Amino acid sequence: MKKRHSSVNAVSRTISKWGWLFMGPVVVAFVIGFVWPFVQGIYLSLCKFRLISDAQFIGLGNYTKAFSDPGFLHAFWYTALFAVVSLVIINVLAFAVAYALTQGIKGSNLFRTVFFMPNLIGGIVLGYIWSMIFDGILSRYGTSILMETKYGFWGLIILMCWQQIGYMMIIYIAGLQAVPEDMIEAARIDGASKSQTLFKVTIPNVMPSITICTFLSLTNGFKLFDQNLALTAGQPFIIQPGGTAVKTTEMLALNIYNTFYGQNAGSQGYAQAKAVIFFVLVAGLGLAQLAFTRKKEVQQ
Amino acid sequence: MKLNKLICLLLALVLCVGLLAGCGGGSGSKEPESESEAAPETQPEAEEPEAEPEAEEPEAEEPEAAAGSVYWLNFKPESDEVLQQIATMYTDKTGVPVKVVTAASGTYSQTLNAEMDKSEPPTLFVIGNTAGVRDWQDYALDLTDTPIANELNNTAANLYSPDGKLVSIPYSMECYGIIVNPDLVEAAGHSMDEITNFDGLKTVAEDIHARAAELGFDAFTSNDMDSSSNWRYVGHMANLEYYYEEQDSGTTWAECPASLTGAYMDNFRNLYDLCVNNSTVDRTELATGGHDAQNEFITGKAAFYVEGSWKWSAVSEAVPNATMIPYYCGVEGEEKAGLNCGTENCWAINCKASEENQKATMDFMVWCVTDPEASALLVESFSAMPYKQCPASTNGFLTAADAYVADGCYSMDWATNFQPNVDEYRATLTSAMNQYNADPTDANWDTVVTAFVDGWATQYAAVNG
Repeated sequence: MKKRHSSVNAVSRTISKWGWLFMGPVVVAFVIGFVWPFVQGIYLSLCKFRLISDAQFIGLGNYTKAFSDPGFLHAFWYTALFAVVSLVIINVLAFAVAYALTQGIKGSNLFRTVFFMPNLIGGIVLGYIWSMIFDGILSRYGTSILMETKYGFWGLIILMCWQQIGYMMIIYIAGLQAVPEDMIEAARIDGASKSQTLFKVTIPNVMPSITICTFLSLTNGFKLFDQNLALTAGQPFIIQPGGTAVKTTEMLALNIYNTFYGQNAGSQGYAQAKAVIFFVLVAGLGLAQLAFTRKKEVQQ
Repeated sequence: MKLNKLICLLLALVLCVGLLAGCGGGSGSKEPESESEAAPETQPEAEEPEAEPEAEEPEAEEPEAAAGSVYWLNFKPESDEVLQQIATMYTDKTGVPVKVVTAASGTYSQTLNAEMDKSEPPTLFVIGNTAGVRDWQDYALDLTDTPIANELNNTAANLYSPDGKLVSIPYSMECYGIIVNPDLVEAAGHSMDEITNFDGLKTVAEDIHARAAELGFDAFTSNDMDSSSNWRYVGHMANLEYYYEEQDSGTTWAECPASLTGAYMDNFRNLYDLCVNNSTVDRTELATGGHDAQNEFITGKAAFYVEGSWKWSAVSEAVPNATMIPYYCGVEGEEKAGLNCGTENCWAINCKASEENQKATMDFMVWCVTDPEASALLVESFSAMPYKQCPASTNGFLTAADAYVADGCYSMDWATNFQPNVDEYRATLTSAMNQYNADPTDANWDTVVTAFVDGWATQYAAVNG
C-alpha cells in the first residue's frame, strides 16, 4: 500500500516537474490563436484604421458611436428575441427527440444519425437551401421570405432548429443514458407515474446536459451569422422618411460585418468596438446562464 | 523512474517538434518571397574577406533575379485564366515573378483589405471609383507622367485624389445599356429603326410581350434582384438618373455630390417598369432570383437583355447580330442618347511596396499594353484597353457605342461610380424595389424614391460624418 502511495506521489511529482513541457505548445498556440488577437481586437476598438498595421489611437469615440447607432440597438433586440425563442424550441424538441429515442424503439440508431446529419452542413449552404425551400412555398402566395420581417424571423428559427436539434439531441441522449437505472426502478416501485418519473427523477438528473445545451443554443443564437447572411441578409428594410433604413432581420454579427465594410474612414474601428461589446454581452449572458442552471444540478 | 522521465521528455519533445515544424513551414515558404528580410543576411557575408572575390560574379547576374516581383490582385473573375497566362508569359520572358490572385466575385474590397495587411501586399490593385480613391489613395503611387500613364490614349477615366495625385488609370473600357437580338425584333414584325426613343421601345416591347405565347419569345429577359443581378438596376440602370442630373448641373461630377434632386426618377421608373412588366418572369418573383437571364437571351427566349459589353463573348456566338441600345427612358432629346461608357477597372500601384517591386510592376504594366501578343490577349478579355499600342477592340457592343458617338450621339458617363457607401446604398434601394415589385403602387414607388434620393444624402453623410 505504502509502495503504491509513493509511486503515485512520484508520478504527480514528475507531472508537476515536466508538465510545462506538455502544456507549453498548447499555451503557445492559445496565446497566438486567441489571446493575442483578442488583446489586439480590444486595442483596435480604440483606434481608427483601414489596415491593422496603420491603426491610429482615438480613445473611446468608437464606443460612444456604437451605443448611439439605432441599427445596432435594433439588431441587439432582434438577436435577443431570436436567441430566446430558438433556445426554448431547440431544447424542448431536442429533449423530446432524445427521450423518444432512448425508449428502446426500433431503428433508434438510424434516427439518431438522420437527426444529427443537418449539423454537418455549413451555414451558408443551409441558408441558400432553405431560402429556396421557403421561396418555393411562399412564391405560391405571391411573396417571398425577403418581403416580410416575420417570415424572415421564423425562417431563421426553422433553419436553426433543423440544424441544431440533432446536435443537442446527442448531448441529451448521453445525459439520459447516464441516469441510474436503479433510481428509475425505485420510482416505479414507489408508484410514480411516467410523467412524475420524468419531471422528478429524469430531468433533475440530466441537468448537466441541460446546462450545456442551453449554454450552446444561447451563444449560438447570439453568434448566428452565416445563416442570417444567406437567408435574408437583413431584408426587408424599412425605409425611413429621411432615407435611413432599418434592416429588420439583421442580427448582431451581420450588423458588425456590414459596419466593418462600410466606406466611412472610421468604420473599421467602429465595427471593432461593436465586436468587443458583442463579446462582453455574449460572454456575460453565457456565464450568467451557466451559473443559473448549475445551481439546479443534482449530485448523483 | 528514469524510464518515466525519459518517456515524458520524449513526448514533450515530439510535441514541440510538431509545433516548430508547423512554424518552420511558414517561414520556409516566406523566405524566397521576402527580399527585404533576405538583405541583412547577405550583408555580413560580404564582410567575410574570403567570400568577396567570388561574390562579385554572381552579383552581376543578380539584378535579373532580384529585379522585384509583381503581385496583381485582380478584380475580374472572368479574366483570371487570361491573366494567369499573361503572368506565365512575362515570367518566362523576363524572369520576374508575377503572381495573379483573383478575388471572388463581389468580395474585392474584403480581399484587398486582408491582402494589403500582409507582409507581401499586392503591388498592383484596383481603385475603380471615388469610394476606392477615398479608401486607398494613401496606398497609391502618383502615376502622373509615368511610363504607363504616357501610353494612355484616353485619360477620361483617370482617377485623381482630392490633392491632384493620379491614383489610378483605366485598363479596360466598357459600356452598358440594353442588349438586343435584332432577329427576334424583326421576327415579331418590327424593325430596329422603330426604337429610337422610349416610346418606340415601349411599343415594340409591349407588343412582343402581349404576343409572347404566339411568338415563342418574350420582350425582356428576367430581371432578378438578388445580389448576383441587382446591380444591373440599382447600379447600372440607376445611372440614367444620375447622368441626366449631372448634365443639368452643368458640370461633370468630379466628386460625389452631397445630395440628389431626383428630377429623373420618373424616367427611371418608366424604363424599369417596362423591363419588369414585359419580361419572361413575373415581377413578384424577382426578389430571391434564381433565373438565368443570359441563358434566356442566348436561347432566343427574350429579345432584350439589360447588361453590359463584358457579355459580348458570352452572347455573340449564339446571337451574332446582337447589338446594344441606350437606356431610352423618355427624356427629352434622347434620340441622341448613346451608351453608358466608362470603367471601374483602374490600375493602381501600391506605393508602400518596395521600390524594386514598384518598378517591376510598372515594367509589367507597360509590357501588358505594348507587347503585341499580350495586349491582344488582354484586349480580348477586357473588351477594350485605352492604350496607344493596344489592338482595336473586337467587341460588338463597344463598336455599337462608337457608332453612336460617330452619329453625333452623347455618350453617358458612369456617374453611378459616385454612389456613396455603395453596398449599403444599393442594399437599401434593392429592398425598396423588392417591395415595389411585390406591390407596384405609387406609395411603394415613393419609398423607392426615398431610398434613391434621400438614401444618397444619408449615405453621403455616413461616409463623410
